[in-house]
Amino acid sequence: MKRKIEVSELIFKIISYFLLIVFSALCLYPLIYALGSTFSDWTAIKDGKVILWPVGFQVESFKAVFMDNQFWVNYSNTLFVTFVGTIWCLVYSVLGAYALSKKRLLGRHGFNFFLVFTMWFSAGVIPQYLNYQQTGNILASIVGGSNMYAIDLKWLIVLAMGMNATNIILLRNSFEGVPSEIEEAARIDGATELQILTKVYIPMSKATIATVALFFGISRWNGYFWAYKVLGSQQSYSWPVQVYMRDFIDKNTNLTLKLGDDPDISNIGQATSMVYAMVVLAMVPILVIYPFIQKYFAKGVNMGGVKE
Amino acid sequence: MFKLKCDDFLIYDEATGTYSMSPEQQVRDETERNRWKSTGLTLLKDWRLYLMLVPMILVYLLWKYMPMTELLAAFRFGNFQETSDRPWVGFNNFKVIFVGAESTKFWMAFRNTFVIAFYGLLFGFPLPIILALFFNEVRSNIARSIMQVCVYLPKFISTVIVTSLTLALFASSSARSPEGVLTKLLGAISSSGHLEDAIKADGLVYSLEYFRSIYIITDIWEHAGYDSIVFFAAVIAVSPTSYEAAQIDGAGKMAQMRYVVIPSILSTVVIMLIMKIGGLLSVGYEKLYLLCPSAALKNYEVAEVVSTWSNGLSGSFTGSAYGIAGEMTNNLIGMILVIGSNTIARKASDVSLY
Repeated sequence: MKRKIEVSELIFKIISYFLLIVFSALCLYPLIYALGSTFSDWTAIKDGKVILWPVGFQVESFKAVFMDNQFWVNYSNTLFVTFVGTIWCLVYSVLGAYALSKKRLLGRHGFNFFLVFTMWFSAGVIPQYLNYQQTGNILASIVGGSNMYAIDLKWLIVLAMGMNATNIILLRNSFEGVPSEIEEAARIDGATELQILTKVYIPMSKATIATVALFFGISRWNGYFWAYKVLGSQQSYSWPVQVYMRDFIDKNTNLTLKLGDDPDISNIGQATSMVYAMVVLAMVPILVIYPFIQKYFAKGVNMGGVKE
Repeated sequence: MFKLKCDDFLIYDEATGTYSMSPEQQVRDETERNRWKSTGLTLLKDWRLYLMLVPMILVYLLWKYMPMTELLAAFRFGNFQETSDRPWVGFNNFKVIFVGAESTKFWMAFRNTFVIAFYGLLFGFPLPIILALFFNEVRSNIARSIMQVCVYLPKFISTVIVTSLTLALFASSSARSPEGVLTKLLGAISSSGHLEDAIKADGLVYSLEYFRSIYIITDIWEHAGYDSIVFFAAVIAVSPTSYEAAQIDGAGKMAQMRYVVIPSILSTVVIMLIMKIGGLLSVGYEKLYLLCPSAALKNYEVAEVVSTWSNGLSGSFTGSAYGIAGEMTNNLIGMILVIGSNTIARKASDVSLY
């Protein structure tokens, strides 16, 4: 039997669709605008004629960015930091979360508190900065350097940054959800602790691990502040691409009201267009990975009902 | 004769006048010994588990707990490590930032932290709930998935890109920046003299009046879609029979919303609200730093929060002690808020984040 649709329901439905479509469009607009501006004529950009689609057409901005050596050096730094850094964060997080998920672990509450306390309280910007300097110096002294700038600080970024206790707790909760019978069965079959983790727990928590990997990866890819603060202008070859983009904007446009006397690129339309080209290029990896992992979100992000 | 009152673990022998251990206590001691023995055994047997914890603990000790030792600098003069004989000044640094020379800037930053977070909560909190209710109306899975992909996306775009786009879209036309689309749009639809003045001066982002609105709108743009996930999960958990029952009772759409949906998601809403209040003082400093990197900019008075203020002091020898003290105050209050809100959430619903 088909139910008659009430008028109020119909109106609500129409409003819902309308506003959702508007909001979705607003979410996409700046990104499409960036793409449109990348390919627009420089004079059209300069006169502010671009609204959405490219006005005129050129690929010179893209070419200019492609020829920009430093951009690609920094781009590859970001790829490196994202890839190695995400794996590093995942490794210690999964191992730690697995141990924390075990009820038989002595001092479990203590270890949990140790982790959660970092979510409640952080030392602040200056202490963190001093700490990165110290640990950078220690890393340098291990390989025989005199100070932190003697080593490639990409490694400090990989090891020290991108920490996230929430992610570890997500993993722990997901591991706690695995029935203990399965673990016991595996143990009776002679599986070692590591085998139980890799053969039982990790496959059974795929959704959470994918989500957490995405969170780690995104924060690595997007990281700006600490990389900029630690590397400064001393190690521009180790910059991630985000730092380079901001630097490019500072130097070649007036958007940050910081323009020096002698911009590298004298054509304002070209400089703006190149900024958009960099924005587009910096988003590509996220846009590629995002649809594959997007479906795991709702399943993976299940924070409710956490018992302590 | 005085007799010790300790029957539960000692027995007094009248004949010899001595005490001996009761059988119950012997059993208790035995279990206690066994417990310690088994504890030792578990420790030994599970050494692999403890080994697994080592990398995580090392990382957290090195880069989360070691910075906290630097907080001692809040009680000393200056902050750089090279000079180890800096004198202890007690709470003097705190005095300077609370009532002394640095107090104007500190309280301004502290107030801004609150104001930005409060407006963010006021305008940013309801939208994800509304989005979730709307998504629930979309019956077509494909249409909903497409729209969800769109609204989640901004969350994953870097702060540098978000701020660059913000600066570009709200830019005023100047020698080296073309007029932004949104500046043009706002200029066309508004006849406000203030707006025109702001556009003519340094642009909307760098204006005192419009900075907060722009910051909060872009923040909503970034987070609203993604934050709707948790509410959407709560909405779809409402059982279809509840709707049917309401329909049979003659409830229209609004009545269904009011009497079925809202009560079912209320607990989620309350929890999320309490959690948001807990995080009130941890305003994202990266974005604020990118939108207002220097004190020379006109939006400084409304954009400076405690962490960016502290960051601004990190370069100076005496200033950095003030910065450490101020941010420590901010973070301690933040911690009290988080723990408090979490306790309330746990009391209210048996659900807590930690």
